[in-house]
Amino acid sequence: MSYAGKIEPPTAPSLVGPEPLEIDLDVNGQRVAVKVDPATTLVEVLRNTLGLTGTKIGCDRGACSACSVWLDGDVIASCMTFALDVRGRKIVTIEGLSKGDRLHPVQEAFIEHDALQCGFCTPGMIMSCARLVERNPQCTLDEVRQAVSGHLCRCGTYPNVFKATLAAAASVSGSKEAQK
Amino acid sequence: MSDPASSDRSVQYGIVGDALRDVVRKVPQDEPPPWPANDQLAVVGKPTPRLDARQKVTGQALYTFDVQLDGMLFGCTVSSTVAHARIRSIDTSKAERHPGVRAVHILDRVLMTASLRDPGDEAKQRYPTVRYLGQPIAGIAATSARAAREAASLVQIEYEPLPHVVSLEEARQPDAPMIFPGPTEQPATAGGGGAQKGLDQKGNLRGPATNTRGNVDQGFADAEVVVEREYRTQVQTHVPMETHGIVADWRDDELTLYASTQFTLSVRDEAVEIFGLDPAKVRVLSEFTGGGFGAKYGIGNYGALAIHLSRKARAPVRFMLDRREEHVTVGNRPATVQQLKIGAKRDGTLTAVRLRSFGTGGVAAGAGVGSCHSTLYACSNVSTEHYDVFTNAGPAAAFRGPGQVQGIFALEQAIDEIADKLGIDPIELRDRIDTRDVDDSKARKVERHRGAQRFGWEKRRPTNADAGPIKRGVGMAQSQWYYIVHKDTECEVRVLGDGTVQAFSSAQDIGTGTRTVFAQVIAEEFGLRTEEIDARIGDSRYPAGPPSGGSRVTSSLTPAARNAAYRAAQELAKHIAPLLGCKPGEVVFSGGKVEGPTRSMGFREAIREARIDTIVQRSRRVPDYEGYARTAGDFQLSRHGIGGVQFAQISVDTETGVVKVERVLAVHDCGRPINPQLVESQIYGGVIQGVSYALYEERHLDGASGVQLNANIDQYKIVGSRETPAIEVHLIEQLGGQSSTDARGVAEPANVATAAAIANAFFNATGKRILTLPLTPANVLAALRAPDERGNA
Repeated sequence: MSYAGKIEPPTAPSLVGPEPLEIDLDVNGQRVAVKVDPATTLVEVLRNTLGLTGTKIGCDRGACSACSVWLDGDVIASCMTFALDVRGRKIVTIEGLSKGDRLHPVQEAFIEHDALQCGFCTPGMIMSCARLVERNPQCTLDEVRQAVSGHLCRCGTYPNVFKATLAAAASVSGSKEAQK
Repeated sequence: MSDPASSDRSVQYGIVGDALRDVVRKVPQDEPPPWPANDQLAVVGKPTPRLDARQKVTGQALYTFDVQLDGMLFGCTVSSTVAHARIRSIDTSKAERHPGVRAVHILDRVLMTASLRDPGDEAKQRYPTVRYLGQPIAGIAATSARAAREAASLVQIEYEPLPHVVSLEEARQPDAPMIFPGPTEQPATAGGGGAQKGLDQKGNLRGPATNTRGNVDQGFADAEVVVEREYRTQVQTHVPMETHGIVADWRDDELTLYASTQFTLSVRDEAVEIFGLDPAKVRVLSEFTGGGFGAKYGIGNYGALAIHLSRKARAPVRFMLDRREEHVTVGNRPATVQQLKIGAKRDGTLTAVRLRSFGTGGVAAGAGVGSCHSTLYACSNVSTEHYDVFTNAGPAAAFRGPGQVQGIFALEQAIDEIADKLGIDPIELRDRIDTRDVDDSKARKVERHRGAQRFGWEKRRPTNADAGPIKRGVGMAQSQWYYIVHKDTECEVRVLGDGTVQAFSSAQDIGTGTRTVFAQVIAEEFGLRTEEIDARIGDSRYPAGPPSGGSRVTSSLTPAARNAAYRAAQELAKHIAPLLGCKPGEVVFSGGKVEGPTRSMGFREAIREARIDTIVQRSRRVPDYEGYARTAGDFQLSRHGIGGVQFAQISVDTETGVVKVERVLAVHDCGRPINPQLVESQIYGGVIQGVSYALYEERHLDGASGVQLNANIDQYKIVGSRETPAIEVHLIEQLGGQSSTDARGVAEPANVATAAAIANAFFNATGKRILTLPLTPANVLAALRAPDERGNA
């Protein structure tokens, strides 16, 4: 391939690495400074550097969703996200979902409806279901199925995940109605 | 064995809501009185949230993968890149010099595989022969997982390649490359498994293991209808969400192992055996295990490596498998070929069953197809003959209903075919032949009829009733599994002076709810709520608990727990009776209170006022009142079984070959259900894994290289939320009069019948038999093209 004429190179971001560098992350509402090299994924920082081991790794290639966290309110796979790419963005993990002792309604509903067995996929599953319920408290069964369609639960506890999420959605929309 | 301390006692027997009667059993005199049916109990039999659910939903539950110790290193495997070879040399010098590397270890023994009966059959070598691609060869410990992986890639191995074979069909041929140069044995590890000893071995064929009764030839001569088919099932891998892993912390005075395991004591015992340690100096901790499904027993090659590396580096080592290693190296459900022939009279009576089966567990023996062909139905003439076929593939391991899932797929289709040929309803046929005098048979009778009613079986349409390209059908199949009691089960209950009740067992909770049911039976005795019991499990220093395998935890642990709690409560009553102004025998523990005829007090208040020092009671699992049929290894088998009946509704797109499972109804028995909510969860899981096995899952090996092509979870297909059918679970409560709780397991039977029920629904939908699993579009379209009985295409 050859280029006709003169093309200005795009402005490249400043090169960093391969040595570790200091970055600031916003995790569960707290600013934390960590030193990582550019190949480090977000889940590695959460688990190994910050000790937030609630976020799991099931496949390390974005196929099982056990590593789901919120990034600026969206559910993402933290095993497929470089830590350097999320500087200054809001990260919420399973540890940051409850407010002190008060669990998120989806967490409450997961307990009540036994929407977990071995529990290894549960933190990721809850992050997706909680996001759905917050965005769409009127969600339907099909929408719950879609929200967790990327999550692998080998124990096969999906029916209770559906029940729990719909129950949480009903309780959230019920209390919103009551506030009106 | 007659026990002088036993006496005749009347106990309830039968199915609650169907027929209950009293039977007389010889019961040890110090056994607690039998419990009434669940509706008369306060805590047992009630849906109760898991004790550890809050930890699991908040991310606080600590799995082995989450263990972080000071100075901890990360382990990584060096695996073979060829399917069959002798190793000429291994050069680890570059890896040792890699930054961050603290230790390197080369394995001198490979676990899980079969071993030569006579080691002299193989020329003496420095390193173990490689017999499958991915076989662990060495391990690296480094300061980060990435450094360990990089170093692993720097290990240079010189192979002397040997011819290999990975398919069951090819390996069966007389001129196939031999995986083992001589006869083998598959030692039972601390966690079970193993294969019948001393069988013949020719080429890659080990066996046959045979089981014969009556005269099969005569049985077929007497038959008025005969069905004969060859069924094939695929290799399925376990895929627990938490991969196998161990954190080893070697100290001069003690070895501590944090293990993702189904049996803490098997981890300890195997470490003791391999490293020649004092059992008292090995401690195994398993706070949470992220699933197992049969494959997480013992220390495994990764565990042996972790211990060696921790010893060399003098630092703790966390050794977790990656997803590829998980698929390839630590177990799978063997592929099978089953040639099954059954003869029957016109009224359905079975006259003969003949099975010739082959199974391949790769480099492991023990790839049988269960016992159902000879034990599910009444038939006087049975002959089964099974061969294990070695291939250059990763070793098999027990997998939820091992053997039986494969066997039932064939057997229950054959029974369905007989029903079709004779024009007898499949449920009616089973009423006539599922008649053995055992508890599971009685349970299935009730399950068939309750299930048929709930499912709407009477609306079942004739075979191939849809004219369009999408055809719907329904089918049913039966489940059967062993009722197993683990031999050495013990537990301890303590009541502390402040009223705290603690319970201890080394058993682990792999997701079944062991911690919760353990607490529930104890809470019942003390009149407390489940969450008031501090149930501690997953530590090999606690009294010996059972493995989470064979559906035996609840059957083994809960009677011991109840007995210990019952004795502790009796002892407590002696101290409390004076406060209540009554006799100890009059003290009742109920609703958080201790009650006498005239007074009552709060449970904790009474204990404090009585100034009780700690009360400690231990109890063993008392053998079943009726005894056992036999003992095999570390478990005892009742002559009774457990089981269930499952109904499936599916649709088949005959143009694309896509099958969908729309609805499953599962009716199951597990003795007395201790926590119906947790039982229901397990049955959901069994059904979903069954659907997944029937429709999607299949390990694909490349014949030319032996590499697994789908050793991940995007190309290895598993049921997800969208494919999950509507599932209804119905439980029956069956009292067997065998133990102080009468509880039995449920994990395995929930998985055993599903694929067969789907296969029978496929016949109802299309008029064709699906003889090959899984029901992928290719297999479905091939089945649809096969001529039917009447020669129509």
